[in-house]
Amino acid sequence: MRIAIVDESAPRASIIEEGLKALDGCEIFTLTTRDGLLARIAEIAPDIVFMDLGNPSRDVLEEYFAVSRALDHPIAMFVDESDDDSIAASIDAGVSTYVVDGLSAKRIQPLLRMTMQRFEAFARLEAELAAAQGKLAERETIDKAKRILMKSKGVSEPAAYTELRQKAMSSNRRIVDIADAVVTAHELMGDT
Amino acid sequence: MNQRLTNGLLPLVDECLPILAHDHGFEEDEGLELTFVRDVSWATVLDRLLYGHSDAAHLLAPLAIATTLGRGRPAQSLAAPFVLGLNGNAVTVSNELANALATDGELGDPQQLGARLKVVAQEKRDAGRRLRFGVVHRYSSHSYMLRYWLAGCDIIPDEDVEIVTIAPPFSADALKAGEIDGSCVGEPWNSIAVENGAGQIVLATAQIWRRGVEKVLALRAERLDEIRPQVESLIRAMRRAGEHFVDPANWDTNAAILARPEYCDAPHQLVRRAISDRLVLTPGGPVRDYPDFMFQYHEAANFPWVSQAEWLYSQLVRWDRLEFDPDEAERAARVFRPDIYRSALAGTNDPLPTASSKVEGSVSQALYASTQYGSILLENNTFFDGKSFDPDALEAYITAQK
Repeated sequence: MRIAIVDESAPRASIIEEGLKALDGCEIFTLTTRDGLLARIAEIAPDIVFMDLGNPSRDVLEEYFAVSRALDHPIAMFVDESDDDSIAASIDAGVSTYVVDGLSAKRIQPLLRMTMQRFEAFARLEAELAAAQGKLAERETIDKAKRILMKSKGVSEPAAYTELRQKAMSSNRRIVDIADAVVTAHELMGDT
Repeated sequence: MNQRLTNGLLPLVDECLPILAHDHGFEEDEGLELTFVRDVSWATVLDRLLYGHSDAAHLLAPLAIATTLGRGRPAQSLAAPFVLGLNGNAVTVSNELANALATDGELGDPQQLGARLKVVAQEKRDAGRRLRFGVVHRYSSHSYMLRYWLAGCDIIPDEDVEIVTIAPPFSADALKAGEIDGSCVGEPWNSIAVENGAGQIVLATAQIWRRGVEKVLALRAERLDEIRPQVESLIRAMRRAGEHFVDPANWDTNAAILARPEYCDAPHQLVRRAISDRLVLTPGGPVRDYPDFMFQYHEAANFPWVSQAEWLYSQLVRWDRLEFDPDEAERAARVFRPDIYRSALAGTNDPLPTASSKVEGSVSQALYASTQYGSILLENNTFFDGKSFDPDALEAYITAQK
């Protein structure tokens, strides 16, 4: 089975590719740029196309599937009416699926399941990464605020941190918000 | 407690009414809380609508009809109780094609420009490389307006010229790279092409059909029944937004809102041009005033005339090479829901046309349409070729345009 993965996120595309490779009888093609997209699809002649919902080329590709005579077999959006739930789930996961005419739903399902799992796993990874980056940025802000307090008040680092923490507790805010206020105030005073 | 409603959108200036209804808090006055899901393709906007990620969507009117008729995917009935606006699109051509057409930096006369385009298209076709135009979707008013104009100028779409789908954010680049020779897209994408030196605006779609139907607020017909009170609230909030939108005193404020990253993500100045009907047509050129380039409020512009849906059906049949089918025509007509619009605005001062259909293109001079309070003035509503569309003679119209 020839499978095309159209995804502008190269890391996600490779994670999906890796997942599908583990299944039997799959030949996988990954397309991560929009340049020459239609020509590449014509060349590949895929049985299944997976495309992320955020891809701006979806309308272009759908139009191509609908009107092109370059493909031997017409491709259409996979909407198996007997199994509307799995399509809803795939939309939830952020992936759209197109299949050639006549391919049985039974053959598509395992591929679709794998792709959805990989999409969801990638979304989780991204969320974790964003959270980690957010934490890192918070740490930097707190460190900066500590340095400002140490310099302007001549206190030690633990004392500066205690001051931030106490202010946060007494005003019912997070330490990073207090630190941010300190940094902003400091910048406004032009004493950086 | 406010009722929530999720609305799908694409970054386009003509999504203005729901955005402004939200940003100015008009929705809250109606007890409604709007949230938006922003996407970059119509396919995804439609998927989210059909699978319940959104309650309503900013949708191409022809796509609402095509979806109801099951073109391209299994049929799902959509309902359009509100027209988000009329026109607001333009034809932009590459600098090379503009030169070949000897344009003079103004909006061309559609007939004369078409006659010159016919000559160039023929030359290109004979040379073995047909002119290629990009539109946003095959089921879009952009496609139907462009095709109507070309065919009316004796240029046969898909034969004399190619028409391909291109995502609006890429149309300026595609013009510059020579992938397409022209495009019919909405704002801010024409102005962005001009600003980038990629092309020149030569025609506004309002010149092809002076009151051409554009985007609609679309819902699944079933969903509309479930959340009808919220939809009616939204309609009232959007009418208020429309009144605000057309007041020149608010252009700056509204352009600044629409330009934001979460909406159009475009330069404020370019958005302001579109919403004030004042466009820059050529790179570095002067500002040109073209009244009613966008038409969002007056003359009950948001009223979903059934005759508009029927005209769109006539074009769907024409360009999908189908046969007229009375049952399909009926289903297409029923996508537009003037009953909901009337029910939402009953008891307000808003004029509500008493008829649900009108002869489109017939109004070459001022005409009065009766409403619950008397009548409103409908100005010029012509097609560029002077033809009119009588919804009572739909089949004959379709036969005649083959």
